Amino acid sequence: MISRRNFLKNTAKAVAGISVPLAALEILSPARVQALKADSAVRWAFLVDTYKCVGCGFCVKACKLENEIPYDANVTRTWVERYVLTKDGKLFADSPKGARDGFISTKIDLGMGNFHDVKKEEIKKAFFVPKLCNQCDNPPCVQVCPVGATYQAPDGVVLVDRTWCIGCGYCIMACPYGVRFFHPKYHTAEKCNFCYHRITKGLKTACVQACPFGARQIGNIKDPNDPVAKTITTERVGILKSEYGTKPHVFYIGLDEEVR
Amino acid sequence: MVHGELWTVKELFVTPNEYIYWSVQIVMYPFMTGLVAGAFVLSSLYHVFGIKQLKDIARFALVFSFALLPAAPLPIMLHLQHPFRGINVLMTSHFTSAIAAFGIVFSTYGAIVASELWFLYRKHFVEQSLFLKKRQDKTLSEKLYYLIYTALTLGAYDISEEALHKDEKAIKILAAIGIPVACFLHGYAGFIFGSVKANALWMTPLMPVIFIMSAIVSGIALCMLTYIVTMEIRKILACRKQSPTYSPECREEIKSVEINVIKMTAKYLLFFLTFAISLELLDLIFRGYTAVKSWDVLRSVIYGKDFTSIFILQYGLGNLIPFILFLTPGLTIRRAIIGVLLVMFGVFMMRWNVVIGGQSFSLTFAGYMHYHLPIIPHDMETLKEGLFGALGVFISPFILFYFLAKIFPIFGLKESH
Repeated sequence: MISRRNFLKNTAKAVAGISVPLAALEILSPARVQALKADSAVRWAFLVDTYKCVGCGFCVKACKLENEIPYDANVTRTWVERYVLTKDGKLFADSPKGARDGFISTKIDLGMGNFHDVKKEEIKKAFFVPKLCNQCDNPPCVQVCPVGATYQAPDGVVLVDRTWCIGCGYCIMACPYGVRFFHPKYHTAEKCNFCYHRITKGLKTACVQACPFGARQIGNIKDPNDPVAKTITTERVGILKSEYGTKPHVFYIGLDEEVR
Repeated sequence: MVHGELWTVKELFVTPNEYIYWSVQIVMYPFMTGLVAGAFVLSSLYHVFGIKQLKDIARFALVFSFALLPAAPLPIMLHLQHPFRGINVLMTSHFTSAIAAFGIVFSTYGAIVASELWFLYRKHFVEQSLFLKKRQDKTLSEKLYYLIYTALTLGAYDISEEALHKDEKAIKILAAIGIPVACFLHGYAGFIFGSVKANALWMTPLMPVIFIMSAIVSGIALCMLTYIVTMEIRKILACRKQSPTYSPECREEIKSVEINVIKMTAKYLLFFLTFAISLELLDLIFRGYTAVKSWDVLRSVIYGKDFTSIFILQYGLGNLIPFILFLTPGLTIRRAIIGVLLVMFGVFMMRWNVVIGGQSFSLTFAGYMHYHLPIIPHDMETLKEGLFGALGVFISPFILFYFLAKIFPIFGLKESH
């Protein structure tokens, strides 16, 4: 006959004994399981048609407001660069305030308070180039993060965990495109994430939506019927700084060799 | 204000998010780690390779290396935007990152230095512990020392001839393991920079080797300097003290020992300095000769914007003049002091020119960034990452060394018993 005392004792032992191996198990949500499967049906890619960009800066403005990057802080997730090449072979380029307010002056910002006005007749060619995170297939920023606070989602977008970033700045140093910075408020690494909170809900990114000329487009490169994927796969497009082997996923139409 | 904006001035075409994010504390980091590694290598030259002339400085270098240890992660902690999360590097190491190895390499190295130190001073701990135990009416400080020494013995009171012989063997083994670990600790600091492919100035496989060589140089220089200072203090004490050790001969004896040790160590200093300079020049020549895409901007930085800090301060003042000072016959203590100070300054400038120089041009290769070190602090950021933060990091090992030297006597271990 088992006494009550022994029964309770043995029950406690059994519960304790079972709970140890059970602790190794983890309850996964279906969404997490889906995310763990590497073969995602989605791979986000961006297409920039530089012929269509007029440098209005609506994209920058929209991005700052959407992603809560302090409006007056001199950092931005996306920006537009202006390139002016003169007939005597000189290159002038700038991006004042990331072109948040557009290019309202013809004067080129040379920094340190200096400006240069290129005369119209001297210009050989001039154009605008919008920049944002390239969501590389081989992202150096993810490679160098010492704590794994920045990581790549299966759909290709590189994300930052603000609760885990230690703020060492190694990712900022490692990015060849200069898209990373420290968030002025959270003091963690910050970058463009293709408006992940929007694209995962079927919306367009803030910059794509704000662009009045359709210079910016986002799509799923794995979907053959996606218009962006069609353009990238069937037309001549370029990428930035291929020499770094980062395999960027922002594609450009009308890329010039002078683009940095 | 955005981090980095305060001390960065942009010139020509620089993209909006580019700033000098890695500032003076990241200059201090390889500099201080270099001193740690260098001091250890110096002490190992005696313990492993049995270079007898370095015996006197070897024990000293080991204690100093231990005092320098906390100064290696300190600048990083001061640089981190979230210092309290720094422990995450150990908790969730992401091993594709060079920084992730820091915790492991650093604690391995720390353990080696600590245990080598323990074996070296075990006899002293036991003797002190037993001596103080017997003593009646202990003063408060004696009670404290008794506690410390008793704890430090770790319960091992065997100081027979046989046991001490075993200790010596352990020291030799630890010192031997320590050399590659010390080199790794610092070589990998070089790797952190050398592996950043986005930075045209940093990316070279030579970086870790250059870092190791200059680390040894700076470590030896610092040990020489501190050794001279301590010997000078001893000289003054030997003169002034109405102690039984007082004698004019004693003073002369210290003086001759001192200059001998310094002359010997200076040879090793020059040896490693030659290596360091050769590698740095090789790197420079190679870049100029291959002249890849980034060379235009690098040339304008190296030969233009940073000319003074590279060629005048680093190579001229930090390398060439010490060479002349040490190679001219009839080395005096005064000349040695100037020499080692310049050598250390040269190594510091080398770190500066790598860390700050590497960020002084834009990713566009068409713009520049100028660094202005915050001097007068007006908030936490300018204090941490300004002149005072850097000075604090530099001074901290000396303060620690002062206290350590009270527990680990550096000179005259035999006389005291």
